[in-house]
Order: sequence, then C-alpha cells, then structure tokens
Amino acid sequence: MSQTFLRRGLRREFLIPFARIGILLCMAAMFGRVSRAQDKNPFAGNTDAAKVGESQFRANCAFCHGLGARGGGRGPDLTRAKKRHGNADADLFRTINEGVPGTAMPPNGATQQGVGMTDEEIWQVITYIRSVQKKTDAQAAGNAAHGRELFYGPAACANCHMVQGKGGRLGPDLTTTGSARSLDYLVESVRNPSKRLAQGISEAMKEFSQEYVTVTVVDGGGQKYQGTVLNEDNFTLQMMDTREQLHLFDKSKLQSVEETRQSLMPAYDPKMLPEKDLQDLLAFLLATGSAPEVGK
Amino acid sequence: MRAPNGDRFVGLKNPREIFLRLGAWGAAVLRPYKRREMKVPLALLCWCFLVAGSLRAQVTPQRLLDSASEPQNWLMYSGDYAGHRYSTLDQITTANASGLVPKWAYQTMAGGKFETTPLVVDGVLYGTGQDDRAYALDARSGRPIWQYQRALPADIRPCCGRVNRGLAILGDKVFLGTLDAHVIALDAKTGNVVWDVTAVDYRGGYSFTLAPLAIKNLVIVGISGGEYGIRGFIDAYDAASGERKWRFYTTPAPGEPGNDSWEGDSWKIGGAPAWITGTYDPATNTTFWTTGNPSPSNRGAGRAGDNLYSNTLLALDPDTGKLKWHFQFTKHDEHDYDATEVPVMIDQGSEKHLIVQANRNGFFYIIDRATGKLISSNAYAKVTWSTSKDAEGRPALDKNGSPTLEGNRVCPGAAGATNWMSPTYDPQTKLFYVTAREQCDIFSTAPQAFEKGHAYYGSAYFPNDDAEPFWGALRAIDPLTGALKWEWKHPSPTWSGVLSTAGGLVFTGDAEGNFMALEATSGKVLWHFQCGASVYSSPMSFAVDGKQYVAIAAGSALFTFALP
Repeated sequence: MSQTFLRRGLRREFLIPFARIGILLCMAAMFGRVSRAQDKNPFAGNTDAAKVGESQFRANCAFCHGLGARGGGRGPDLTRAKKRHGNADADLFRTINEGVPGTAMPPNGATQQGVGMTDEEIWQVITYIRSVQKKTDAQAAGNAAHGRELFYGPAACANCHMVQGKGGRLGPDLTTTGSARSLDYLVESVRNPSKRLAQGISEAMKEFSQEYVTVTVVDGGGQKYQGTVLNEDNFTLQMMDTREQLHLFDKSKLQSVEETRQSLMPAYDPKMLPEKDLQDLLAFLLATGSAPEVGK
Repeated sequence: MRAPNGDRFVGLKNPREIFLRLGAWGAAVLRPYKRREMKVPLALLCWCFLVAGSLRAQVTPQRLLDSASEPQNWLMYSGDYAGHRYSTLDQITTANASGLVPKWAYQTMAGGKFETTPLVVDGVLYGTGQDDRAYALDARSGRPIWQYQRALPADIRPCCGRVNRGLAILGDKVFLGTLDAHVIALDAKTGNVVWDVTAVDYRGGYSFTLAPLAIKNLVIVGISGGEYGIRGFIDAYDAASGERKWRFYTTPAPGEPGNDSWEGDSWKIGGAPAWITGTYDPATNTTFWTTGNPSPSNRGAGRAGDNLYSNTLLALDPDTGKLKWHFQFTKHDEHDYDATEVPVMIDQGSEKHLIVQANRNGFFYIIDRATGKLISSNAYAKVTWSTSKDAEGRPALDKNGSPTLEGNRVCPGAAGATNWMSPTYDPQTKLFYVTAREQCDIFSTAPQAFEKGHAYYGSAYFPNDDAEPFWGALRAIDPLTGALKWEWKHPSPTWSGVLSTAGGLVFTGDAEGNFMALEATSGKVLWHFQCGASVYSSPMSFAVDGKQYVAIAAGSALFTFALP
C-alpha cells in the first residue's frame, strides 16, 4: 500500500501545491520506513498463496514472462535462481512494484495488461515465483573465456553486436541479454535468428515495440541501402545500413522499400558454430548478463 | 452548411448574432416610442436578452435531439444520438486538408492512456483526462476556464488504465463517471461540484470510465469492472438532483428472465459491464447499450449457459430502464469478446431501421432495430474462434476455439478485431469506417477462486510472437452488406477511433502517433501529423467563429487542427 501511495502521490505532483508535496514526502518517508520493515515475504513457502499468486501472475505478468514464468521474447526467465535486479524478497517486490527504469518492465498497474496488484497480491506473486524457481542456476556447461574469444574473434558476433560498450551497432546490444532471455531463446536466436526477430525500440504507449526487421531501400536518386529498421511508421523510416550509417527517410520520396523478416544475421548452424562453441558463447553471454550493472 | 463563410456555420445559434439581431429588432420596435414611453418595452427587451442569454447557456434535451442543427457544437460522446460520429462541417475538404495546421494543444500533464472525446458547446470545450480530470477550455485558444480533478482513493484498481472517455452535458451541468464509481455533476461555468452520488462501492472492482449519455432529464451510465467478477449494471440519474431513477442489472437475478442462463450463483459475479456510451432512438424512445464479457473472462467452467446479458445489445426504455429486447453477440464467451463497441443506428430508406456493430469478436452484425432480430453477420477481420453459425445465423464457438491450460491460439486476440474506439458512419458515402486489429492471442485457462475486488480472469492471454506480425487497418465497410470497400493499413494494431465529416474526409490515428485525414471514398491519406504518442481516443470536430477544427487526444495532450 505504501508504495502504491507514494507512486500515485508523485504522479499528481504537478497539480498539487508545493505545501502538499512537502506533506506527501513526509508521509511517503513514513510509509517508506514501514515498507522497509516488511522486506520479508509474509507468505514465504505458503502453497495456497503460491496458487493465488499463479493466477495473478497469469493475469499480470505472463504477457511478457510466459506461462510458468519461463520467459519469452519479451521478458526474462524468472525460474532462474539469480535475478538481475536483486534476489531478495524486497528486491523482487521493488522490481514488480516500481518497474525497472530503462527496460520494458513497467511499474505495477501501468501496463496495458492486467489490473495492477495490491501489496498482498505482489507478495503472492513472489511466493509463486519462488515456488517455480530453480534452487541453483545450472552452471553453463561452456567456457566463458573461450566464448568471449569467439564473440570478438572467429564467430564474428562483435561485427554487429555490442557487449559492455565494445562491438558493432547493427544488431541488439547483448550486454544484458543473457539475463533477460531464457536459454532456449538464446539458442534459438543463434541457430535460427529469423524465427523470432529481436525487439527494438519501445515507444510511449505503443503496445508492440519495433523489431529488427531487415530493410532494403532505393532512394530517389537510385542509391540502394540495406540494413535494419530502427523505427518506422506509415510515412517515415529510420534505419541503419550495414556500414552502421543512419538513414532517416520520408517514405514518399523513396523509389522502393522492401522489408523482410529474414534476419541479416546468418543462422549459425552446427557447421558454422559447433555445439561446444555454442555452449562457450552462451556461457559468455550468461556471465556478462549476470555481471554487476555498470555504475552499481 | 457551406464553407468558408463562417456565419453560415452558426446561423442564429451564435449568441453574438442573436444579440445583434435582437438589438436591431429592438431599435426598430422602439423607434415609434418617445423617451418617456420607453420604460416598459425597454424592460421587456432586457428580459428578452436575459432569457435569450440563459437559454443559450442551457443545453436543453431538445438541443440534444436536434444536434444536427448546430454542427458547430459537439454535444455528446458520439456527436449525435445515432452514434454516427459524423460532422456536417465542410470547411475542411479533400481539396484543402493537406493544408491543416495545429492550432493549439492542451496538456493534462498526466500519464497513461488519454481516451477523451471532448464536447464543444458555444465556444467552450469540455474534456476529461486521466485520473478523473475534467476541464473547460476556450475552444478558440485552448486556454482553461476551469479545471477539476477528483481526489481518488488510493486503493482504486481500474482494470485497464486510469482512463476516462468524456463528459455528458445537460442544462448548465456536465456529468462525469469516476474511477471510484461515483457519478458527479459539475457546474459547466465553474467546474464546481453540484452533486456527487455513489453508484456502488468501488472496492468490489467497480469503476466508471465511459462518457455518460444524457436523455431527456436523465444521465445514463454503465459500469466497468469485467475483470473483477462484478455484477454489471446500467444506471439513470436525475440530472437536476442526482437521484437514481432506475438500474438495469446486466445479469438477471433468480425469478428474472435469463437467470437460467447462469450456473448456480455465478450470475452474482458474472461481470457483463457496460462501459461504452449507448445510443438513442427518439422515434421509438429506445436507448441501446452494449455489454462486456462474462466473468471470469477466460474460463467458462463454473458458469455453464449463455450467460445473459453478457456481450449483448440491450434495447431499454430510457424512462424506466425496462428491457424491450436483447441480442447476444457471443454466447458463453471465453475470449473476452466484449460487445462494448458503439451500437450505430442506420436507416435503409424509410422502412428499415438498423443497428450495426463491428464487434470485438471479428464479425460485423446487422440487426433490426425494432425487434432485435439478426439480419446478417459477416467477418470483417481474421476469425478462428467460430467456423459455423447457429439456427439464428449467429456465429457459434468452434469446438477447438476454447482456451486450454497450456494455451490455444485464437483469432482475434483478447483485445479484439476492434475495441471501444468509435467507428463512424458517413451518410454521404453511406460507408461505415472502423479500426480493425489483426492480432491473435494464445488463450490459457485455469481454475481461479473468486475473491471480491481482486482480478478474476480465470487465467491469461498473451500475444503469439511466433506467428506473423500483428497489424491493423482502417476499413471502410458497406453497412448494409458488410462488404469491404477499402482499407488503409496500419503498421501495428491501433486504438484510435474514427470521425467522418461532410468535407469528404475521415480522420483517424495510429499506434505510431500519427493523426491523419483520408479521402472517405478511397482511403487515400491526404494529411498527417505526428502527435508523439500512440493514439487511444476518437476524433471529433467543431467550429468557433466560423473556423472548423478537428481534435484528437494523444499522450497527455489534446491537439486541435484547422486551416491556417
């Protein structure tokens, strides 16, 4: 309740006099203390609460995190023991209630999906997540150090992908992907990148984010560009070509725009990337994904 | 009405002109009188001015009936009682629409979806915003006259955003349904609260999000909360006092017709909210309302039966709330296919009086307005939940269409082939324009215990990422046959409604933030403007001082556009 109160209070900040903001902040501080006092899940280990939590999870979370909390193309696999934004009950509560700035994880109640949850319901969801999460994360079978060599070397991933500020720009930054996606999704993305294109930019209030669609453009002067779509609407196109040049087009001035859901990334079949190397690469991505966030 | 001569828009409806004409008339009348003799006629004249002035400020029930005679105003949610969302203003045309420019914007400074359709009455714009804001603006400049925001309890939990779709106006008041399930009347000149009544305890998951509908001296509202296992209802309140005149429960109690369409006591938590504004046929004194899903939305087990009056078109007597007839679009729904899309009244000649609806379940229904009998139902978007029709011609659930524990892919998705965003009917082109969404979902079902005031879905739905990408379209449909005339493709599913105007245009928005004008006969885009946030509202049009405006809400701003 306290967190909800704080959030709503802040949201109204624009319309209330400054004096009331002061009062609000005092109250928020007061409630904040109460909340911090309750940083343990009151339902820990309670199977009935986990069952109720599963219903809430399905209604509010499964849209991105999938049935069974196993993750998908939008949200991380929550059955992993280690959570990127904190493992403690209080961390999970904060993540659910306040969202994660800079990611697709919205604050409680701010999604298009679901109805928002009370504090009690959030704890029930946490109880559910605890009930399906693994005791320890399976150690990646591969060798992360060799995976790193592959990434920046012979596998040529870094031509298009960046990890911790180093690498190419044409594909998604993979710094946090290891923690944000399920292992199955990672394998699929390497072996068959066109099956599910990566999500790109998310815009204010837009339900579905832009994807890394491949585009070939011929401009008014007959010049041809190929690359990935950064964003587009019916009238404009923002793209990056394979030489990492940005192009911002008015579609009406182009000779042609062809889009395909065939990813520019080659499918790394076992001939190109043997199973052992794949495991090494995954180990590298998982290790990177679980590394401390920059600046923390 | 012809543009661009502004005065012809407004005729004698403009208060300034009434004043001038009365003045001229007064001078003529008084000319024969000597100064001493002038006292009585002068008093009479003053009285005339006062009455004219106060009558002008009043939005009488007659003015609502005659809304077509004052096209400069937008007097109710859909623009008229028929639900056409059509403006006879024709200053902005297919020839000049490319020259539209923004005139002003009003910022609510609120987050979340901005769904309002404003009203305009005699140069004043009345709108709502997120978190139950309301405001009156100078419609020429966008400058606020008053602002109101309800102090909402901390524990309200509206299902799908802290949204509101607009006001109703009657007399000297505007009416707001609130997220804590109150109906309030605000003084139209000051925004002061005149009355405030509790419809129901919001803690049961009840809220109001729709724009009320004023008929005669009544303010009619329908409740939201189909995600919580509420018992839905439609209420009518006395506009002057706030006294509740009638309530129609959308799930019948034992002893009432239709109760046998529910298993056991499931009717008590059966949902069937009525969260979109209805329409009204004065010729038969019938108001048409539509209802949403039975609760829990994704689980039919435990509520065996048709589940009346969920997903139903209701024909009610506005004086008494008595049901005249009903037509249920989706029986025993398990896909959240609310029928809460504006039921649009269309006449075919003088004989056939119809209700048409592009339903969330993907079918376009044509229904006899006098009897409620189904005339036809044709798919206007991709449909997989139904592959056959029942004896009455109503689409019936396919045996493979029900949700499963692990999930079953069904089209359209839970947000529907369309949703609450308004369609429009253009009497010039005789076409019906609707925003269609081509998105399928995976529907899952699981047992869930009911707990009052808590989300009650009976499991979940989520997008089917592996399949073809989702998209949307503005579709022009012949409402007498359901046949598609043209479509304009949106890159992704869209939540914008549609407006048509006598200038040969339709206006709509998209999820990419564009607001655009299209040629009504062809679907060719003539003009577009980037609003900076996805559009979750339906456009409207008004005129002040002879200038036609088009308005749309997006993000936290209400934008207006006109010719330079």
